[in-house]
Amino acid sequence: MNKILERLHNGIIKENPILIMTLGMCPTLAVTTSLINGLGMGMSTLAVLVCSNFLISLLRKFIPDTVRIPAYIVIVASLVTIIQFVLQGFVPDLYSSLGIYIPLIVVNCIILGRAEAYASKSKIIPSIFDGIGMGLGFTMGLGILGFLRELIGNGTILSDGANALLKIPEEIYTPASVMILAPGAFIVLAFVIATMNKIKEKKGMKPAEVPDYTTKEGCAGCAAASMCAGAAPQTEAPADPLKAKAESAAIPRAVKPEVPKTETAVKEEKE
Amino acid sequence: MSLLLLAISAALVNNVVLSQFLGLCPFLGVSKKINTSVGMSGAVIVVITAASAICSAIYHFILAPLNLTYLNTIVFILVIASLVQFMEMFIKKSNPALYQSLGVFLPLITTNCAVLGVALSNVQKNYDIWTSTINGFGTALGFALAILLLASIRERNEDNDVPKSFKGMPHVLLTAGLMSIAFFGWAGVL
Repeated sequence: MNKILERLHNGIIKENPILIMTLGMCPTLAVTTSLINGLGMGMSTLAVLVCSNFLISLLRKFIPDTVRIPAYIVIVASLVTIIQFVLQGFVPDLYSSLGIYIPLIVVNCIILGRAEAYASKSKIIPSIFDGIGMGLGFTMGLGILGFLRELIGNGTILSDGANALLKIPEEIYTPASVMILAPGAFIVLAFVIATMNKIKEKKGMKPAEVPDYTTKEGCAGCAAASMCAGAAPQTEAPADPLKAKAESAAIPRAVKPEVPKTETAVKEEKE
Repeated sequence: MSLLLLAISAALVNNVVLSQFLGLCPFLGVSKKINTSVGMSGAVIVVITAASAICSAIYHFILAPLNLTYLNTIVFILVIASLVQFMEMFIKKSNPALYQSLGVFLPLITTNCAVLGVALSNVQKNYDIWTSTINGFGTALGFALAILLLASIRERNEDNDVPKSFKGMPHVLLTAGLMSIAFFGWAGVL
């Protein structure tokens, strides 16, 4: 029971994928033009994440280590195809407004990151709750962004075009429609992360850093770092001398052991 | 002529990073120095162009005739992953110098959602193979332009005195937001 609560707390608060770890930026920025789109994307990702964590944890003893990344990709891609059909069948409006970003859940680094860092090493029940926690944390981040962008850019909350849960009258507030366009996504996210930095500073945590995939430390922070390592397990060894030569430009691919470390490192920091 | 217009619109008007938000991870993660962003741009141009051509060919010759189009996502991601793998092996054997400057970025591209995104949108828009390739090339040029611009801006304003909470990520995101506003201007061109 404790383990379950710990997993949920970890996903939603401690390692929130968007607000704390700043992962999965592409869907975060692309679909949060309104609260409902953000929540829809979040819930779809949650469903895929829970199922993929479950299946990968179930199959963790059967998948050979050398082909694990392609195996995970096939599992995730099949789940995403199922979700795509479900959305198309039951919520066609949401399906058309999310568009190409639904199949792109496959390359969302949170999903492969969790598969690699947690589900492939843990029992089934904790893995499922890890998926639920991370998925809810992701949904929460998307919801906050979608809420802010819809409110500032359209002056509404939960609008479906004609009706809205709440609409600020035009006389009081003229919506700044740039916020629901592309630039607004970057700007709103910048302010949300700056706010989080302020909160983190008070709690004595490190602020969100820009990932730098040209250094070893920066690469370890990426949830898909193991993808890079796992994508080329056989070619890894001969790459080493080259890597040593071009140290500044090389992207280290042998960072697999560091993925679980980051998790524990965060734990230690908090303590 | 219409193909040229397509390439320009893919590169500038519908810029893959700044208006479609695809490929943000390398956009933010490899844009600290101009040198590395040049290498990344080269790798992305090669991979996206090749992946668009091959995925489109597979769609038109295998998936569509067999009514297997629901397998798009699975097939494309596997094709892209193996294509990148083969390309890395090929470059490493044939041209070690090129591998050092460009090949090291290849593994990073497998998870780049821009590659899969372009392949899928080519299918969604019913482009034929030739049009898909041009669209992929234009999109990749747009990515290269965006990452080079961001790297140049970041090299200049890295040490600027910004409020403490805006240091790092928010600073870069605001820069990207302003670039995105600038790219909006291209909408009037076509």
